[in-house]
Amino acid sequence: MARSTTKDAQALFHSLRSAYSATPTNLKIIDLYVIFAVLTAIIQVGYMAIVGSFPFNSFLSGVLSCVGTAVLAVCLRIQVNKENKEFKDLPPERAFADFVLCNLVLHLVIMNFLG
Amino acid sequence: MVGKMEAVNGVKSGSNSSPSTFQSAFFKPDLSLKSLKLKTKQQELLIRVSILTLVYILAFITRLFSVLRYESMIHEFDPYFNYRTTLFLTEKGFYEFWNWFDSESWYPLGRIIGGTLYPGLMVTAALIYSIIRFLRFAVHIREVCVLTAPFFASNTTIVAYFFGKELWDSGAGLVAAALIAICPGYISRSVAGSYDNEGVAIFALLLTFYLFVKAVNTGSLAWALASAFGYFYMVSAWGGYVFIINLIPLYAMVLLITGRYSMRLYVAYNCMYILGMLLAMQIRFVGFQHVQSGEHMAAMGVFFLMQVFYFLDWVKHLLSDTKLFQAFLRITVTCAVGVGAIALGVGTASGYISPWTGRFYSLLDPTYAKDHIPIIASVSEHQPTAWSSFMFDFHILLFLFPAGLYFCFKRLSDATIFIVMYGLTSMYFAGVMVRLILVATPAMCLISAIAVSATIKNLTQLVRTKSKVAHTGSSKGTTSGKASSKASLDQSLPFQRNGAVALLIGAFYLLCKYVTHCTWVTSEAYSSPSIVLAARGAYGNRVIFDDYREAYFWLRQNTPPDAKVMSWWDYGYQITAMGNRTVIVDNNTWNNTHIATVGRAMSSYEDEAYEIMRSLDVDYVLVVFGGVTGYSSDDINKFLWMVRIGGGVFPVIKEPDYLVNGEYRVDKGAAPKMLNCLMYKLSYYRFGELQTEYGKPPGYDRARGAEIGNKDIKLEYLEEAFTTSNWIVRIYKVKPPNNRW
Repeated sequence: MARSTTKDAQALFHSLRSAYSATPTNLKIIDLYVIFAVLTAIIQVGYMAIVGSFPFNSFLSGVLSCVGTAVLAVCLRIQVNKENKEFKDLPPERAFADFVLCNLVLHLVIMNFLG
Repeated sequence: MVGKMEAVNGVKSGSNSSPSTFQSAFFKPDLSLKSLKLKTKQQELLIRVSILTLVYILAFITRLFSVLRYESMIHEFDPYFNYRTTLFLTEKGFYEFWNWFDSESWYPLGRIIGGTLYPGLMVTAALIYSIIRFLRFAVHIREVCVLTAPFFASNTTIVAYFFGKELWDSGAGLVAAALIAICPGYISRSVAGSYDNEGVAIFALLLTFYLFVKAVNTGSLAWALASAFGYFYMVSAWGGYVFIINLIPLYAMVLLITGRYSMRLYVAYNCMYILGMLLAMQIRFVGFQHVQSGEHMAAMGVFFLMQVFYFLDWVKHLLSDTKLFQAFLRITVTCAVGVGAIALGVGTASGYISPWTGRFYSLLDPTYAKDHIPIIASVSEHQPTAWSSFMFDFHILLFLFPAGLYFCFKRLSDATIFIVMYGLTSMYFAGVMVRLILVATPAMCLISAIAVSATIKNLTQLVRTKSKVAHTGSSKGTTSGKASSKASLDQSLPFQRNGAVALLIGAFYLLCKYVTHCTWVTSEAYSSPSIVLAARGAYGNRVIFDDYREAYFWLRQNTPPDAKVMSWWDYGYQITAMGNRTVIVDNNTWNNTHIATVGRAMSSYEDEAYEIMRSLDVDYVLVVFGGVTGYSSDDINKFLWMVRIGGGVFPVIKEPDYLVNGEYRVDKGAAPKMLNCLMYKLSYYRFGELQTEYGKPPGYDRARGAEIGNKDIKLEYLEEAFTTSNWIVRIYKVKPPNNRW
């Protein structure tokens, strides 16, 4: 039973990997960026668990800047992905401009909140 | 066709401002339709803009009744606090305002104003003020404050137009703008002078919803960002933002469950949530509540759910093998649910996530406040809504609302689902609390506008097609036999055209009734400032009772600047704003014990009350008394709430001591404790000598219609300092302690 599960997992992993390798490079770059942001957020949460959350606004702004970055990047990824028919009318330049604008606002607020 | 449609709506919307101009505008496009095909669009635009302008002006001027009848002044209770803080903000600047510790209220505790208020309204008014001053118009800040609410009501109509356009079409938008401009449910909170948070907040609420729906429809980050800013403005203006932060996740959840999940929703919700939450945290009064309080956890839960859902969707897209995906789904869902449950459990158990507050509970369970929080239940605007006030505030919208729901369900889209949910949830809340009718009003107007617009559009279409048939067919006219043979191809009923015309007339009749009803309600019910009272005299003339301001100015001019005034909390804001004196408790009811102490003092015997007043450093006591004028919302009528609130903290005070067989009375048969408590003595001191009404014995209380039971009142520790001309406000001075010999 255990062997079959690991086999399943392996098969799953392989098929995922082979399917993912077909994605365009620009999307892969965004994915890397998202993974990096999420990892940073997780590290911060881990740090908070060990040291404590005393300047709570600093902790929140740190984590939320990572989460926000990740989410916005995912939004950008959705919008520039050519397979998404919903966003056919949206040119990638406009999507990127929106992305930059949102990030600007996000980080200005974070800077105000950092304390 | 659309041009005609606009014009039809225009007649309705402008019908009580200037019908003649609209009549001409109505016929113009019809004539030019045939000759100038190119110009039609421009003319339609022109008509639309002029209708919107007129609605904009109408929304403003219909709220000016109170200024015309009385004067340009601030109304009621809370607006006085807002006015006072705005004054402070314009005089001292933003940083002083932000760090303001107010020692004039809640003596001896004080209140950190900057950290315990929603600054949106004050900052808005101060901004408008500085813009006007910059343009070299010398206005007083009071005028700006008085006119802020009507100005924002006008802006709301514009937002309603765009929202209606987004939901249905521009016709519905115009009708929505016209409906919301004069809807009594909204006017009740936004007449000139009612300088309260809600006036600005409804604008912000509708703007946020509109921008969010726009973001969902377009899937654009920029609209989501704008919606986050709308949310920020809402959070800065009113505590009702909790409604937004719960409705939007609920909406996302419904879309997820009904299988309408889309990438657009993902973009709109996540961007709005993260940025809106961060922006909201900049308001100190809200602070960390978005990550700590139970009321905001739904939004966070849906946020994480959305990530999981998106991830699953993406993996499903990558994997072509369904069996593999099933396995994957099982693992991820189990993990996600487990982690979420553990996080919530640990958070709640460790006290990191605070449980729901009493106010929130009282919304979900209307009987909760009555049993647990008398201070919330004592406010009249927190009572459950009566049916009559629904009719009073909504009028025909009440009937149009279900019709609008029908049309929404018929043409289901992401946007109409949103408005349906907004309408249904806010209707529920409107039923729970009177004041929340305000939140339901925009939804009612929008949904009703869809009904009106769709109905009229269908009817006019019927009328027009028929007339065309008649024109091409015979010039004899449209007798039913002839017409039915002609129009057999669209299978119409015999009297269809006449029926359509009759229905159109009926619709116009209803809308006209709505306009007259709204104007009547506004002028009769919602335009009294309640700080100046008006009554009809014996000869039909108008009598003005300006006793409140008389008393407050007496306080301002005749008492030492550091005098402390004790009164029931309703009058706290007015005393600090107009009398400029320190109060013990005020309308910001943040400390229940302090209020209960005042309630205890008011319901004790004079000597016990004196001890309490000495301990609070009270110099003056102010009571409101309506026995002479028949003004029924005075302190004697509020007295049982004082007893209840006082008794909630100090069990010495028992409600049955003040009642006789469960009956509250002030005449000879009243309870002995009632006849000798401080509030009774202060209200009826020297009243026994006064003949209030011809043919009645002296000491006849006109507010309660009874002769008072204790006419010979002696005061030992207090002395009368001032009584206004109609006895509405009575001020007593607390004597210093006796010398030892």
